[in-house]
Amino acid sequence: MRNYDKLIFELSRPGRRGYSLPPLDVEMEDINNLIPENLQRKTDNRLPEVSENDIMRHYVNISNKNYGVDTGFYPLGSCTMKYNPKINEDMATFFQTLHPLQDENTVQGALKLMYELSEFLAEITGMAKVSLTPFAGAHGELAGMMIMKAYHEKHKDFKRTKVIVPDSAHGTNPASAAIAGFDIVEIKSNEDGTVNLEALKAALNDEIAGIMLTNPNTLGIFEKDILEITRLVHEAGGLLYYDGANLNAIMGEVRPGDMGFDIIHLNLHKTFSTPHGGGGPGSGPVGVRKHLVEFLPKPHIEFKDNKYILNCDCPDSIGRLGNFYGNFGVLVRAYTYILTMGKVGLKHASRMAVLNANYLETKLKDDYLLAIDGICKHECVFSGLNDKSTGVTALDVAKGLLEFGYHAPTIYFPLIVDQAIMIEPTETESLETLNEFVSIMKKIAQIAKEDPEYLKHAPYSTPVRRLDEAKAARNPILKYEEPHE
Amino acid sequence: MTYKYIPHTEEDIKTMLKEINAESIDCFFRDIPEEVKLNRDYNLPDSMSELDVVRRLQELRDLNTNNLVHFIGAGSYDHYIPSIIKHITSRSEYYTAYTPYQPEIAQGTLQYIFEYQTMICNLTGMDVSNASMYDGATSCAEAIMMATSITRRNKVLVSSTMHPHTIETIKTYGHYNGFDVVLLNHQDGLVTEDELVKQLNSEVACVVISNPNFFGLIENPETYVQKIHDNKSLLIMMVNPLSLGILKTPGEIGADIVCGEAQSLGIPLSFGGPYLGFLCTKKDYVRKMPGRICGQTTDVDGRRAFVLTLQAREQHIRREKANSNICSNQSLMALMTTVYLATMGKEGLKEVCLQNIQKAHYAYKKITALPNFEPVFTSPFFNEFVVKTNVDYEVIKEALLKENMMAGVHLGIYYEELKNHILFCVTEKRTKAEIDRLVQVLGGLK
Repeated sequence: MRNYDKLIFELSRPGRRGYSLPPLDVEMEDINNLIPENLQRKTDNRLPEVSENDIMRHYVNISNKNYGVDTGFYPLGSCTMKYNPKINEDMATFFQTLHPLQDENTVQGALKLMYELSEFLAEITGMAKVSLTPFAGAHGELAGMMIMKAYHEKHKDFKRTKVIVPDSAHGTNPASAAIAGFDIVEIKSNEDGTVNLEALKAALNDEIAGIMLTNPNTLGIFEKDILEITRLVHEAGGLLYYDGANLNAIMGEVRPGDMGFDIIHLNLHKTFSTPHGGGGPGSGPVGVRKHLVEFLPKPHIEFKDNKYILNCDCPDSIGRLGNFYGNFGVLVRAYTYILTMGKVGLKHASRMAVLNANYLETKLKDDYLLAIDGICKHECVFSGLNDKSTGVTALDVAKGLLEFGYHAPTIYFPLIVDQAIMIEPTETESLETLNEFVSIMKKIAQIAKEDPEYLKHAPYSTPVRRLDEAKAARNPILKYEEPHE
Repeated sequence: MTYKYIPHTEEDIKTMLKEINAESIDCFFRDIPEEVKLNRDYNLPDSMSELDVVRRLQELRDLNTNNLVHFIGAGSYDHYIPSIIKHITSRSEYYTAYTPYQPEIAQGTLQYIFEYQTMICNLTGMDVSNASMYDGATSCAEAIMMATSITRRNKVLVSSTMHPHTIETIKTYGHYNGFDVVLLNHQDGLVTEDELVKQLNSEVACVVISNPNFFGLIENPETYVQKIHDNKSLLIMMVNPLSLGILKTPGEIGADIVCGEAQSLGIPLSFGGPYLGFLCTKKDYVRKMPGRICGQTTDVDGRRAFVLTLQAREQHIRREKANSNICSNQSLMALMTTVYLATMGKEGLKEVCLQNIQKAHYAYKKITALPNFEPVFTSPFFNEFVVKTNVDYEVIKEALLKENMMAGVHLGIYYEELKNHILFCVTEKRTKAEIDRLVQVLGGLK
């Protein structure tokens, strides 16, 4: 069914249906007596009319045009596309009938799970307390930046309106700080993406609220001066925010709290194996050191008088960040994963993730230009091919990988590396998978020399080929219009 | 040391280290300063087998009261969910993929997002939709930030009849992002034109109205939308999309931005999440929208294909100048809603809507006929309604829990003046027998 290309609307035939409802079992009143006509819609809802079989086949067929972790190797740097355990999915169904506002005494199991998960995450990160409320990594960052601001406001330090963000940071960092109302001071990084201490010193003053960092950084390098960095920022009255995007590199080895970070966010959909869902739902818990606990989002989950409670009486909290308590179903999956792996297993996961990345780094560096030569952590970054004479770009390499049955690495990020190719294998890939990937990457490097045009037009055998992205942006078609319209 | 999710044998590890000339795994961590290293095991449980994990989770599950007969709504609704949804969304081609950065091998995701955007536009009567947001409350906060950016004004009039948690979320965003939230008082549970006119001035970026509102009542912004537009402000409507099977669309009313919580369209209660926020608007504002947007184009062979588009709005390109910091969507939940809407279809959505209205009104009539309960508001409502009672809420709640039923929310926890007021919800899932039993229990209380 490779050529299946229908939209669900194109299967619609008047009179077909995919649903069944029981007949109305209460007395039927004239709808116009209940909802006056002037409050009713006049336009057609234009939803499709399709049978259940139509729907099933349609979504099975288009699912075949997708590539997931269960399809094959997905070395998308910075996204930690590790295997998504199936038992996690089953466990999430245990809690599906719970209403978020049902009586607290009837949800003690759910609250206990959340309480324990937040304790687990606090231990893993070296933080005093973790809130599970944020819905995704970016949301966790936003929560973290709000906490930073709330802290300074509490101390009546209103002139701290700026946040330092290194130029190697993910774009979400400055965007989150800006949404939280901060101005951004970008500082240049060293060539290996680490913080330039001189630039940091020059940027620090009494208007700086704090700094956002990832460690290991986006080039997979650990900030060896981290204690000096935290000392400098704290001495200048600022706070340090840790972006948990790269936590999969260091579990069991070192904790952000012990490095001196005040605020962190985690991505449960990265380090803790919950599925990426085609873009979401994720979960982005935010954790803080002791002096910031009062600012965590509302409500706080607490254990009092032998009972788990949702405490809404938290006057210094930044406030609510959504209607309820975060993406609870994702929390169940992460909790299940932590129990399965256990204290030693989590450390082992990070060690194997780092081994895999270093293995790929060494195996590929004859053909691809290493951004930084030296040991890496859980991902390795290349700056295109070693041989630049062919004109083959990072994009062409990525599209070549698609042709040979792989998902592409992250490309053109971090921005400070020209032609960046960022490969994160994760710990769940075997030596055989890595070797096969290496041989394909070498084959692509060979083709780049012999027949660069082949790569410039790849892929060929995917469900669709390269897309006209300029056309999509120039003349946006963002919904289906029926032909007669 | 072997773990089921980690394939490395001792032999593999040796081979790999040798191949890359590394003496040990520890050497990869040598750059971490000794003073910050953990140097101890985590204080966490030991690894558990699958059977033991399941037992532990079963224990937690059994500490809850599952499968209550819900007469509680207030932002999370117990609706019928067709079986087909889980069969489609549990396909790992969908749930183990990520954001479709490589469209050549992500047409499955991109295509359902395109279908989702189409359905959201058709339901709401708006021109363009994004690929979804985290939840209803955050979609509303994003809609407001969009309005402040379009109008370059920063005062926001928010109806006091919105979900109290949504109002709190808006206030959180407002405090940090720098917009001022002014609440509009209600009269008989509805925003009035008089109150609105009193507050409208040249600083007002937008007016935010929810429909149905927190009390279940149907607002009628059509009567005052012109006043909002004459003031060069925008009308944001936060709607329950299920209600649009019957209710007038925000498009017909003249709304500029529409947002809301789509949990009622095929998503389980799941103790509050993951749910699905949606956001759509008029064509003119498409480049001010936050979040991912999927568009149609062609590939080099001329085939129809879909791709993430208009990315110049987004954080990975514009960094701190981006429309929003959001960099994902609630994709799998959007798939649930897409399959729900395809399954219910044109007629099913109307029918499910109609059943909600009929059953809620049946329950309302019966409850308000009881001696200890009385009606509160007079205007039309959808599937939730408020009643006042002289029976203590805790007594009601406990009596219903004994019968495996969950009472509606006590409004006294949100509004000083609404002590002893209860917000009941009745969806199509409630049978006449369940409603009659509810009424019987309530009738026996003093």
